Amino acid sequence: MQVNEIKEFRPKIVAFCCNWCSYAGADLAGTNRLNYPSDVKIIRVPCSCRVNPMFILRAFQRGADGVIICGCHPGDCHYTSGNYYARRRMTLLFSMLDYLGIEKERTRVEWVSAAEGAKFAATMNDFVETITKLGENKRLEDLRCKE
Amino acid sequence: MQRIMAEKAKELLQNGTVNRVLGWKKGEFVYDITPAVFNNTEEIDAEFVYDDFCANNLSKYLIKESRKEGKVLVFLKPCDTYSFNQLLKEHRIWRDHVYAVGIPCDGKIDLDCLKKQDIQGIVGIETQNDNFIIHTLYGDHTIAKEDALAERCLNCKSKKHVIYDELIGRDGEVLDSHRFDMVEKIEAMTPDERFAFWRGEFSRCIRCNACRNVCPACSCENCVFDNPKSGIANKAAADSFEENMFHIIRAFHVAGRCTDCGECSRVCPQNIPLHLLNRKFIKDINEFYGTYQAGEDTESRAPLNIYNTEDVEPSIVYKKGGNH
Repeated sequence: MQVNEIKEFRPKIVAFCCNWCSYAGADLAGTNRLNYPSDVKIIRVPCSCRVNPMFILRAFQRGADGVIICGCHPGDCHYTSGNYYARRRMTLLFSMLDYLGIEKERTRVEWVSAAEGAKFAATMNDFVETITKLGENKRLEDLRCKE
Repeated sequence: MQRIMAEKAKELLQNGTVNRVLGWKKGEFVYDITPAVFNNTEEIDAEFVYDDFCANNLSKYLIKESRKEGKVLVFLKPCDTYSFNQLLKEHRIWRDHVYAVGIPCDGKIDLDCLKKQDIQGIVGIETQNDNFIIHTLYGDHTIAKEDALAERCLNCKSKKHVIYDELIGRDGEVLDSHRFDMVEKIEAMTPDERFAFWRGEFSRCIRCNACRNVCPACSCENCVFDNPKSGIANKAAADSFEENMFHIIRAFHVAGRCTDCGECSRVCPQNIPLHLLNRKFIKDINEFYGTYQAGEDTESRAPLNIYNTEDVEPSIVYKKGGNH
């Protein structure tokens, strides 16, 4: 007997979370027992401005379908100004990805504070839904890294 | 012009202001120009040249030249002065060791344009009003300037020298160029068209690194792409991702510092329009953070090194950015 396996698409999401706000926000979402998909893999960074554009491309190369960067709200950065720089950088990078024809919805920046566990969960739910609709990342993939 | 420049170089060499000259010399063919350092007046008499083929931006060579002993004389076209200024701002050039002479420029010839029109065996060139007269082994060709000039010269951003010690000829003005027209055209495409367009361009990339090596903004001593562990240090791209990665990251590394001199597109052996990536960043920076021209001065801070609390959010890209 043959079993037809139906493979449901589960996106791989990489979330870069700043240590001081968003990572704590994710923690709060956990302690509050709020649901968000397990497809989100969190990478803790000291500050949102630690995220090099190369990190984002690398994540896509290694099979991510979406990358989200979470940091403190502008003005609340632990290091005073890190997220302002990140904001400029990411704006330009996303605009460039769009210019090259790569779906712009695959990348996102959200500001999540340590007190916003609910916002973290809601953001992740929404982002995973967007990426699931978009499907697999085909335009910025590296075939050598595919299973 | 070549004669005036050679005289000036010889004069400064003889009175001891400088002890060498950075300029252009003829290669095997008349159109085959290479940057060169001349150490004495005899060398200048023998090999110094300046004509419509001298497209190289000499400012990057000053990084190494200015670190040597004594002063170096350099000839800078208007767009080269922007790169020179930008490198000064980044403390890459020792200003005390450089004597910069501004020279006028009416645009440089793109050899590919001539090739396309089947002009071969070039032995000389002359300018006559709005035309070039190109002497070849097979007779003379008269060709309109706009058919022979490089794209970057047709859309010249400025004829003004932003820095010099001495000027030959008259200084020009900052021009009102149409250099962003092509960027706008690409932005107006659908994402699928844009992706197809860039895939078509990038897929020709042979990773020769010429764009990086010639770029005055790419002056890092240790480049990220030379790291053997980067996984993208291969000569031949093994996957389309490598090409995307290389060009996105390279453009990003010079964002806010690129003066739009257009050398990257000039040297690309595969004719990939790399300047369109840099211009996209320049255009975005102008739109989001206010008009900024890298290399215009040595005081202002690069747009990615400063911030404003009222900056736009990255989500502006979803609202704006082209068709869907």
